[in-house]
Amino acid sequence: MLLSLKNIHVTRRNRVILDQVSLSLKEGEFIGLIGPNGAGKSTLMEVALGLLSFTGQSNLAQMGAAERARTAAYLPQAREIAWPVSVEDLVALGRIPWPGSGRSQNDAEAIDIAINRLGLQNFRKRTALRLSGGEQNRALIARALAQDTPLLLADEPAAGLDPAQQLACMGLFRDLAREGRGVLASVHDLGLAARYCTRLVLLAEKHVLADGVPEDVLTDAMLHRAFGIRVRRVQTPDGLAILPLPA
Amino acid sequence: MKPLFVILGVLMLLLFSASLLIGPAGFGGWQGAHALILGGDGPVPIVMREIRLPRALLGLAIGAGLGLTGAAMQGYLRNPLAEPGLIGVSGTAALGAVIAIQTGLSATAALALPFAALLGAAIGVGLLMLLAGPRGGSVTLILAGVAISALAGAGTALVLNLSPNPYAANEIVFWLMGSLADRSMQHVALALPLMLLGAVLIWFSGRALNALTLGEAAASAMGVSAAALRWRLIAGVALIIGPATAVAGAIGFVGLVVPHILRPFVGARPSALLTASALGGAVLLLAADIAVRLVIPERDLKLGVLTAIVGAPLFLHLIWKTRSGGHG
Repeated sequence: MLLSLKNIHVTRRNRVILDQVSLSLKEGEFIGLIGPNGAGKSTLMEVALGLLSFTGQSNLAQMGAAERARTAAYLPQAREIAWPVSVEDLVALGRIPWPGSGRSQNDAEAIDIAINRLGLQNFRKRTALRLSGGEQNRALIARALAQDTPLLLADEPAAGLDPAQQLACMGLFRDLAREGRGVLASVHDLGLAARYCTRLVLLAEKHVLADGVPEDVLTDAMLHRAFGIRVRRVQTPDGLAILPLPA
Repeated sequence: MKPLFVILGVLMLLLFSASLLIGPAGFGGWQGAHALILGGDGPVPIVMREIRLPRALLGLAIGAGLGLTGAAMQGYLRNPLAEPGLIGVSGTAALGAVIAIQTGLSATAALALPFAALLGAAIGVGLLMLLAGPRGGSVTLILAGVAISALAGAGTALVLNLSPNPYAANEIVFWLMGSLADRSMQHVALALPLMLLGAVLIWFSGRALNALTLGEAAASAMGVSAAALRWRLIAGVALIIGPATAVAGAIGFVGLVVPHILRPFVGARPSALLTASALGGAVLLLAADIAVRLVIPERDLKLGVLTAIVGAPLFLHLIWKTRSGGHG
């Protein structure tokens, strides 16, 4: 089991954010974390990593900081790049948890692989801050990939990407899962989530409302209860298309 | 990147040598070097070993310290406008020195003034740690530093305001301008060990500062503890800036301007900027200290005045670029 959360409870300023949340993720799974804004998706990821205080159990939070950093990579929702570093140097930051100060053979290979998988070869020497928002996003995903961990936690990785890059990003995460890694990513596009994720977890009303294969989670009743919307489903030769509509 | 370090290192050594060889006592460079290394009789070895050597050593160490702490503060706060004085330690150190001058304590022993300043620095850093606390973020740190600076500034102004002795007031004003003139090897022995300890603390923060490029959450997820980094940096900056202010007074703008100028040359990587700024700070301060001896030798131009005259326009240039460029 790569990720195991049991009975997570989080209170912030006397407000309950998460209550009795349990979730597990094993090798080969790409879990899409869905839920309305403010449902606690980002909080759940940071709790899982032990970055916020909580009660309950998280296997990652129990690890030492160095071991955890070699087990799970995290792409936070706030896409920060503080200095005008090159894309290559930015991606290399993912090697910080590993010995060798970013210059060993392993480091160079991991950095190359990450840059190639995100199609950033032509941006290597460019200054990350001068790229467009979507390109910066891809560079930051490459940074998380360079950390070369069995588990990847990504907070809205596809936000701000053009359609082609959204598909590439979701496809990349599916490939990572097929290679035996585990991915937990929060996703807002239900159609993308249904097509690419092996499992969906619907977080709403402070707990896990539904957890299972996309068809079982994205039911009319669940979506109405969680988001207050109706959906129209269209089976196409390319997969299920989900069209959200006002209730 | 590597050539930059070599160039700065060579420049630093050249300026250090020049600092040893330039002065009002009229003897040749060869004679001076000979006297410095081999000693001998007469005034030349005394001038070299007890006047010029401490001055050059302090110029090197304080310049390097200001550059290093400036780069560390900018890296930690992720802000190119940060500078080492921000945490308020230089202000409280100056207040300690000012009180020592006003009470006449500084006249009782050669090191009374720097010791009083170090005490001021220690009180300042204690107050800062109390205010910024173990759980405070970088904003709390800045606000606490600003408050402590303001308080120390008010204390200094109060001492000047109530000073019944115009000579003491005069001495305070000149001390506050910052200078390396007439310092002894005792000053070096007092400041250098503490500054080295601080430099070691900051040195080992390079990786953590790199990680912070991605923000606190991503850095924490990579195993970098923001709280541990904050303690280490506060201690490191205080151990450098406290002694530096205690022996040389307040020297501004070096810690602000040097990292800013050198950032593009190291690909903006915070860890590489630490080394570059330490070298660059030493180069700038040694050059400025030579300049104050050459520009108007008869008038005792203060080092802090010169660094501000050179530094302020550079700072304006930085504001101008930030204003028009968006992403620097």
